[in-house]
Amino acid sequence: MLNNGIAPQQGKPKPFWLLAEITYRCPLHCAFCYNPTDYAHHTKNELGTAGWIQTLRDARKMGALQLGISGGEPLLRGDIEEIVAEAGSLGYYSNLITSGVGLTEKRIAEFKRGGLDHIQLSMHDITKEINNFITDTNTFELKKKVAAMIKDYGYPMVLNVVIHRYNIEHIGEILEMAEALGADYVELANTQYYGWSLLNRAQLMPTREQLDKAEKITNRFRDRVGNKMRVFFVVPDYYADRPKKCMNGWGEVFMIVTADGTVLPCHSARVLPGLEFPSVRDRDLEWIWNESPAFNKYRGDAWMKEPCRTCPEKEKDLGGCRCQTYLLTGDAEGADPVCALSPTHHVILEAIEEAKNPQIAAQPIIFRNDRNSKRLIEGELRERAEAFHALP
Amino acid sequence: MFDKIRSEDVYRRNSHFRFQYEEAQGGYVLLYPEGMVRLNPGAGEVLRRLDGNKSVAALVEELKAAFPDAPELEADVLAMLELALDKTWIVKG
Repeated sequence: MLNNGIAPQQGKPKPFWLLAEITYRCPLHCAFCYNPTDYAHHTKNELGTAGWIQTLRDARKMGALQLGISGGEPLLRGDIEEIVAEAGSLGYYSNLITSGVGLTEKRIAEFKRGGLDHIQLSMHDITKEINNFITDTNTFELKKKVAAMIKDYGYPMVLNVVIHRYNIEHIGEILEMAEALGADYVELANTQYYGWSLLNRAQLMPTREQLDKAEKITNRFRDRVGNKMRVFFVVPDYYADRPKKCMNGWGEVFMIVTADGTVLPCHSARVLPGLEFPSVRDRDLEWIWNESPAFNKYRGDAWMKEPCRTCPEKEKDLGGCRCQTYLLTGDAEGADPVCALSPTHHVILEAIEEAKNPQIAAQPIIFRNDRNSKRLIEGELRERAEAFHALP
Repeated sequence: MFDKIRSEDVYRRNSHFRFQYEEAQGGYVLLYPEGMVRLNPGAGEVLRRLDGNKSVAALVEELKAAFPDAPELEADVLAMLELALDKTWIVKG
């Protein structure tokens, strides 16, 4: 009866995790945003309230349990209260992923009534200067107020801090701030390079020395606070020699429904060539998850080429991330270049070198905003985008 | 071996986790921010009975009555409680 108390996973994959990216509109303009650089294409034609409610019902029937309500900034929509209440009555464990902009007493009280389980708030730094710089907005004081409000309403406080060159040396102080705010969970998410953050990679990437130091400080902090606060340190894969098991496998546990109803197996799958991602407007979710060619394309390991196909570690990481591989090498089916065994590993080493080059690193950051998205769609800023496949 | 767990102790499920039966999983799960634990049937049986009112001894009696054919049930239950305590799925009192 023991077996660590945990039931083994059996049978067909199920979409336990449903991420609802209900809008791409956002008041913040973060340099590290993973949203598509051509998001301006996807801001029109958002799925309406009835469409979201139907999607929640259908996914729940398929076994979805964890619900993330994200964006863009989800609070820009006026119908989150209805969506949250529906999620509550369906038995989801629901999570609002927000910058805090637009969260009022009235709304948080309504979320509580509707059964929202927790609120994940993004924080950026202990200094007003860096918070306001990296998000390209004046939001520092607001975030602190929102954190206090989350606590007042009895929510577990989950802080998400994206880590990059500008805040990595403040990691100890960031953790102390989280402790002072009463955080229960802190996610220190080292920037992963997709979308906007890929365009700004040379400007955002910390050095290996900075990373090692940050990890040491984090471990010391964990030892001190013990069980009181859970600290996750998401390691940046550029400094690893094996790739991450991206999304825990393509079409295994994770499903994203984007603002316009397009369904994806991961955040940036849209960049991949030759794949048509179905929409909840046209097909039922069950067919999309189980039968659609897109969700079956990289399921399992039948698609693998060498060196992954015969690699003894292939089950461990399933060859890494398809999107990263395509963006950096132009071949979606190769080994993730992060892997030291990949024939294209040099592109990662070059990127690390490039980030150390003061001339390249001093190029201006391209912030995530409508104007820059339109410029990228129209083919401007080529010098920054052309090194990568499928950008914008 | 199970020196942490005493028969007179009373445990309850940690309110930081949501505990619920999942039809699609055919079992109980514990949910928390950004994660979940799919409990095996043994852990599910133990956790669903922890209401914060009964002692470990009473819990063991209840399980013995429910599963009269299970061998070494008491040792299994104590081991499960120790594991659950270690993982903070349950708290004392």
